[in-house]
Amino acid sequence: MKAFLRRYMRNPGAVAGLVIVALVAAAALLAPLLYEESPWMMVAAPLIPPFSDPAYPFGTDMLGRDITAGLVWGARVSLLVGLLSTGVALLFGILVGAVAGYCGGRIDDALMRFTEFFQTIPQLAMAVVLVAILGPSLYSIMGAIAVVSWPPAARLVRSEFMTLKQREFVQAAIVIGQTPGRIVCTQILPNAMSPIIVSASFMVATAILTESSLSFLGLGDRNQMSWGFMIGAARTMIRDAWWMSVWPGVAILLTVLAINLIGEGLSDALNPQLRRRGE
Amino acid sequence: MKFLSFFASRVGKALLVVLGVVVINFFLIRLAPGDPAAVLAGQSGAGDAAYVAQLRTQFGLDQPLLTQLALYLRGVVQLDLGFSYRNHVPVLDLIVERLPATFLLMFCAFVFSLVLGVLLGVVAAKARYRNKRRWIDSAVTSGALLLYATPLFWLSLMGILLFSVILGWLPAFGMETVGSRLTGLDRALDIAQHLVLPTVTLGCFFMAVYVRLTRASMLEVIGMDFVKTARAKGVGPGRVIRAHVLRNALLPVITFAGIQLGQMAGGAVLTETVFAWPGIGRLMFDALLQRDYQLLLGIFLVTSILVVAFNLVTDVAYRLVDPRIAAGGTQGASA
Repeated sequence: MKAFLRRYMRNPGAVAGLVIVALVAAAALLAPLLYEESPWMMVAAPLIPPFSDPAYPFGTDMLGRDITAGLVWGARVSLLVGLLSTGVALLFGILVGAVAGYCGGRIDDALMRFTEFFQTIPQLAMAVVLVAILGPSLYSIMGAIAVVSWPPAARLVRSEFMTLKQREFVQAAIVIGQTPGRIVCTQILPNAMSPIIVSASFMVATAILTESSLSFLGLGDRNQMSWGFMIGAARTMIRDAWWMSVWPGVAILLTVLAINLIGEGLSDALNPQLRRRGE
Repeated sequence: MKFLSFFASRVGKALLVVLGVVVINFFLIRLAPGDPAAVLAGQSGAGDAAYVAQLRTQFGLDQPLLTQLALYLRGVVQLDLGFSYRNHVPVLDLIVERLPATFLLMFCAFVFSLVLGVLLGVVAAKARYRNKRRWIDSAVTSGALLLYATPLFWLSLMGILLFSVILGWLPAFGMETVGSRLTGLDRALDIAQHLVLPTVTLGCFFMAVYVRLTRASMLEVIGMDFVKTARAKGVGPGRVIRAHVLRNALLPVITFAGIQLGQMAGGAVLTETVFAWPGIGRLMFDALLQRDYQLLLGIFLVTSILVVAFNLVTDVAYRLVDPRIAAGGTQGASA
């Protein structure tokens, strides 16, 4: 663990990513304390440019809503949706991948066809259709993102399982009569964890991008302020109020970039051999 | 003969995917809260009892589920994707009318991202391998990382802000200048001008993906024995890269490009929305606004068919170019 931390900290990009994500997470957690009023409230004159009024450092939108408050509250939605939808997708992906990789044969064939199907169809279009028909809410958004993002996880877990299954310690566990469920949970899965963790971090980043795309298209939860919604609302104001669309975009960009950097840092720190080989 | 059976199996697979999408569409309507007929009618038509009743008979909603599915499938096979109540036109007509614009945009974005992505990937890999001008490699990889994290729709908006609003170089909306009545070459030039911003912003994300892929693939191939052999027998450094390394490094990139097309179709929804580009992506956004679910599902189906068809073409072309790949091989494993 210590060696892992040392390797991770040696990577400046990964450390910067961690700092940014920590800041965003702090904003998300403290949002109700920082801005007690709902970010939907009109609090000031409309279209105050940024950096002109210290009370509204990022300006206000065409209805006089505080953009800073929107950014802080939007962090909640982005992180929540990113983490939870990835969690669901990962659980399902591990289940499918583990069964396919462990059982092999026909079951593997059928499950991989199923996975391939979900990988072929256009993901964003599928998510849009799902949310539109189920009605926009945090649950339908998270569900839709999970539905379109589990296949790569399933493939990864399957290939890890297929190689690990051949190893001596797993063969030994089979010989001494451990049940398949126990072998999967105590022998194989712990050893497959590092690549799963790395790909999970990239999945969170993609999920945040997908969530922002959905809210941009007007499919966000009506009760939650989100960065994608802010950009969608600012679209028609681009000529008059550039700041309305610039700040939420920067927030998404920084958060997603930071999470990707963390993912790369984790990948290097968890696979030191790979790093030494020169990628 | 072997090729024929390979071709048949791939076509069969493609048809299965399309069938899967149709079945998903069928169940989606029934998953939605409320009466399926009312869902199909959307908010606009829900007040019209006659229309809802017509939908009910059309889809046999009073019959068992399997009969309904059979009815629905028969409709799709007969190219009946439903009727858009909002636009008073069959869904298929609406989609077909919008297809050329989307084809044009996706083709340009695809070529742009692939060509520039491969080029930058090669440059970065060369700089890294030769250990000369390492900053080129750092600049290209960080640029790709940055683009990879940028929301597509936001990049499009920023493109409008910079090149249309501030600099005034390029048109911000639409595919042609409204009411210009240009013909021939002038019209083509006008469309080309409108095409620049959507192509570049849609292509940028995918360019980032191809840069990373090409670079990784080049660095992998560059260390292989046959490259050393080529060098040892005196092939020039430029030729080694072009004829030996790149040719082999490109194969995974091209397969992946085919697989990525589904994502690009999704990205087109966002780009077309921002630029008011008259393609099926914009149509999807309009269908969302109007809650026209028949149209929405029709677009989803057509987009899926396009993606599957394109994957089929790349698969077959790939097989013709590289005979080492056996039918049913696992080229898709890199995804």
